[in-house]
Amino acid sequence: MITRRKLITNTLKGMAALSLPAAAFEILTPERLNAIIYNDTAKVRYVFLVDTNKCVGCGLCVKACKNENEIPYEANVTRTWVERYIITRDERHEVLEKVFADSPKGARDGFITGTIDLGHGNTYTPRKEDIDKAFFVPKLCNQCDNPACVQVCPVGATYQADDGVVLIDRKWCIGCGYCVMGCPYGVRFFHPQHHVADKCNFCYHRIKKGMKTACVEACPFGARLIGNYKDPDDAVTRIINTKRVGVLKEEFGTRPQVFYLGLSMEVR
Amino acid sequence: MKSHVWRPLYLAAGLLALFLIARYIYVPKDFGTGERGYRYSFHRLGNEDEWKAFKVKYKGTEYCKDCHSDKYQQIMRSRHAIISCENCHGPAIDHPENPAKLAKETNREHCLRCHFRLPYPTSGRSAIRGIYPGEHNPGAPCSACHNPHKPQEGLR
Repeated sequence: MITRRKLITNTLKGMAALSLPAAAFEILTPERLNAIIYNDTAKVRYVFLVDTNKCVGCGLCVKACKNENEIPYEANVTRTWVERYIITRDERHEVLEKVFADSPKGARDGFITGTIDLGHGNTYTPRKEDIDKAFFVPKLCNQCDNPACVQVCPVGATYQADDGVVLIDRKWCIGCGYCVMGCPYGVRFFHPQHHVADKCNFCYHRIKKGMKTACVEACPFGARLIGNYKDPDDAVTRIINTKRVGVLKEEFGTRPQVFYLGLSMEVR
Repeated sequence: MKSHVWRPLYLAAGLLALFLIARYIYVPKDFGTGERGYRYSFHRLGNEDEWKAFKVKYKGTEYCKDCHSDKYQQIMRSRHAIISCENCHGPAIDHPENPAKLAKETNREHCLRCHFRLPYPTSGRSAIRGIYPGEHNPGAPCSACHNPHKPQEGLR
């Protein structure tokens, strides 16, 4: 017999069951989840992987980048650069003493001296036995998923293409410099000849032809790799999904798409 | 009907029309957005093709290997096989038309990029055989004694 109470409870149960979408029963693989999160309508999302363990600081990537992208060779601006970090301890080896970082000329000529450039004409040569850790970290534009530089552009001259690469329209840029200030990673600069903002664009003209970026091509040690994050079989995607990778300045919420293997806490 | 409202209203409408006409003339026709919407991809769509048309200068080792197969085979048998040709010879661009001849980096600084001795712990640099240029035949070009295509074969 149908009582009023039963009718109401069954109606409510039935409504709850009907409101459950079929998607609630779908089991998601990590690849499928990625596709949903990253709004998988384009087939490409370029990502970069830097293995700092492999970098030896030769600077051939910087040289190739400047030549390939027509960045004036002698001007002190560059789309990519390599930083050297040296961490020394005090004599008793008890506390972390000092972190030194330098990148003379963006490491265009590599690191061909043990002397650290402290800036303002000062230098320091650490003794070999004082060095606790020393390593090289290549840097380039992170092609962030939340690019701060794009948000601050007042004229729509910098934008994110559908494949994730942030580009600059040289004809439309007014040179206000907001983006140079807005980038937390300091990758933007003024092009000395075009007088507009400039930065790494993953060698857009090369990757769109299926080639690798000039820096990836130039690196003898395989410290730099470029890949497509929307392709689950891509070698770079595999490493990002399965190895312990880090990004720079995660706390800024920019969601950088350049991933680092062997990142150390001293790297800023 | 006479009212004080009309004159400023005409002025405002005129300014608005002027603004719209100026915008129509000045803003490129292909201004629009990509998938990221107005927040991240409001731009002149033709600019993407302008970047794609940028000139490729570094052609890669595959570009060299057919004409210079002897040199290619030589270096591929050595530990310098990991170094691409253009790292030392400069970008090929449209070689052999332009430039007709590529450079050779023979200065010491070029070799020292890897072979300056930096015994850094936690870096691959310490695993590379290196020199201190002030002590190792100062001033002499490296290629006077070492063949960069056959570094393993001792001195010339």
